[in-house]
Amino acid sequence: MATSSTTRFSVTNPRKSRVLTAVMALYLIYTLVPLVWLVINASKTQTALFSTSGLSFGGAFALFDNIGQTFTYNDGIFFRWLGNTVLYVVVGAGGATILATAAGYGMAKYRFPGRRAVFAVVLGAVAVPPTALAVPTFLMFSKLGLTNTPLAVIIPSLISPFGLYLIWVYAADAIPDELLEAARIDGAGEIRIFLTVTLRQLVPGIITVTLFTMVQTWNNYFLPLIMLSEPKWYPLTVGLNQWSAQANGAGAQPIFNLVLTGSLLTIIPLVVAFLFMQRFWQSGLSAGSVKG
Amino acid sequence: MTSTAAPPIPAPARPAPRARRSRGKWRGWMFVAPFMLVFALTFIAPVVYAFVLSLYRDQAFFGGTVFVGADNYAQVFADPKFWESFQRVLVFLAVQVPIMLLLALVAALAIDSARLHGTGFFRIVIFLPYAVPAVVAALMWGFIYGDHFGLAADLNHLFGTAIAPLSPSWLLTSIGNIVTWEFVGYNMLIFYSALKVIPKELFEAAAIDGAGTFRTIVSVKLPAIRGAIVVATIFSIIGSFQLFNEPNIMRNLVPNTIGTFYTPNMYAYNLSFNGQQYNYSATVAIVMGVITAVIAYVVQLRGSRKEM
Repeated sequence: MATSSTTRFSVTNPRKSRVLTAVMALYLIYTLVPLVWLVINASKTQTALFSTSGLSFGGAFALFDNIGQTFTYNDGIFFRWLGNTVLYVVVGAGGATILATAAGYGMAKYRFPGRRAVFAVVLGAVAVPPTALAVPTFLMFSKLGLTNTPLAVIIPSLISPFGLYLIWVYAADAIPDELLEAARIDGAGEIRIFLTVTLRQLVPGIITVTLFTMVQTWNNYFLPLIMLSEPKWYPLTVGLNQWSAQANGAGAQPIFNLVLTGSLLTIIPLVVAFLFMQRFWQSGLSAGSVKG
Repeated sequence: MTSTAAPPIPAPARPAPRARRSRGKWRGWMFVAPFMLVFALTFIAPVVYAFVLSLYRDQAFFGGTVFVGADNYAQVFADPKFWESFQRVLVFLAVQVPIMLLLALVAALAIDSARLHGTGFFRIVIFLPYAVPAVVAALMWGFIYGDHFGLAADLNHLFGTAIAPLSPSWLLTSIGNIVTWEFVGYNMLIFYSALKVIPKELFEAAAIDGAGTFRTIVSVKLPAIRGAIVVATIFSIIGSFQLFNEPNIMRNLVPNTIGTFYTPNMYAYNLSFNGQQYNYSATVAIVMGVITAVIAYVVQLRGSRKEM
């Protein structure tokens, strides 16, 4: 959108401000410097890390070498962690999205006994810090024999009160009651209506919820930290911190270059997902805030 | 929430749907039940279980547990370690949250103002840190703070300062910086989404009334997004009280400064996993949960009444 000199400026389309852009650019630099630092330093060997300055390339360009090492170190445990993370995200975040979509739609479009109670309980739960629940959940799961299994990470990830809320407000707006009535008069059952009529209308909302539950599960640290005791079930986050902790203590084996490269590899998929699906999640969020 | 009220359908004679409606009174549960089932297992059951745990105590010599009523609660309230950690997150909350929300608000207003060159680029880049796991953010900043291959030494050299981000006196500020870096974009997005749906006529009306940019922000935009500000504040309060990931990860760098009770959450965690004091740990978790919920509730009440 080139602003030609003939454009009339208005309240909704004001003149661009260089000063404001410059001020915001300062904040942009603050946001980007750590990420740039990460990219630069993930391309250094362990020795170069210590001998060169933080924000400049130095020594040999070792990024691909580091990536290779990251994946092969300790019999390829990083690859295993990546697989675990993908498993937790697909089943956990995927399940969370499905549950939240169905429940949000049910809350928006049906009157049923106990609806107010559901609303109150879920709203109350949002105020309870998830980490406050973590210890009792761990003790409960350990009684059930679930700790140190993937289920211990997946089951708590299945609930997203935020997702439920977002789909609720989205469905209230995006699905006209007339549409449902028409489908019912045509003789369609409730489940069928949900699958054939509703889901299509909810796509931007569902993508938004998918992205946010995905981030939460991919980035989850506390829950897997307490639930899992064997490295073979770790997700990337817990694994990376274990690598970082190797630099301490008596038998210290620092692998800073792998920690940095592993960190870089961990954030790339999510950054890419957010960049590519920008249009969807931004429209989904705006719809959510109409009522917010 | 007008559209969630009873559907105002202009009614041609439709006896069939009506009959079905009374029969299918419960059918909404079809969609809500799966969520509630898992919710009961992962939210309600642990809360109840934690409460039960908090009423008992391990017997040191005889084994088994004994009912102690409110004793554990009395112990928490008299526990200097708990209060030290609580005070720390309170200071964190009072300083970090306003700074973060103010930055987010300014960013959202700037992006929404359409006065930036490259608006879309600003929006996505500022949001980007939200996609970075807390673990990676803490590791990354931890290295940057460090002397070895960090930037702190370079910056001190450049500005002639002597800030040591990992020293005890700076550590909380350094953690605050990490959390701010991570969440400004997320809060910006909450504000921005709310700003975007303000009817444009309001701005035109304000302009006709002769309101300048600043006046429009104060009198039109901020009141219109009050709900979003309250929501972001509540989320940030909850986040501060649960502070865990960043300090726990940075313990690797500064094990002597960050002890086992640096934050209430770390205290509860270490009581359980390094001390096997499950009952006391559950009590600490419940006390923190109740304090958090009460404060969040008060903010919500004040926020929905008070004019900005």
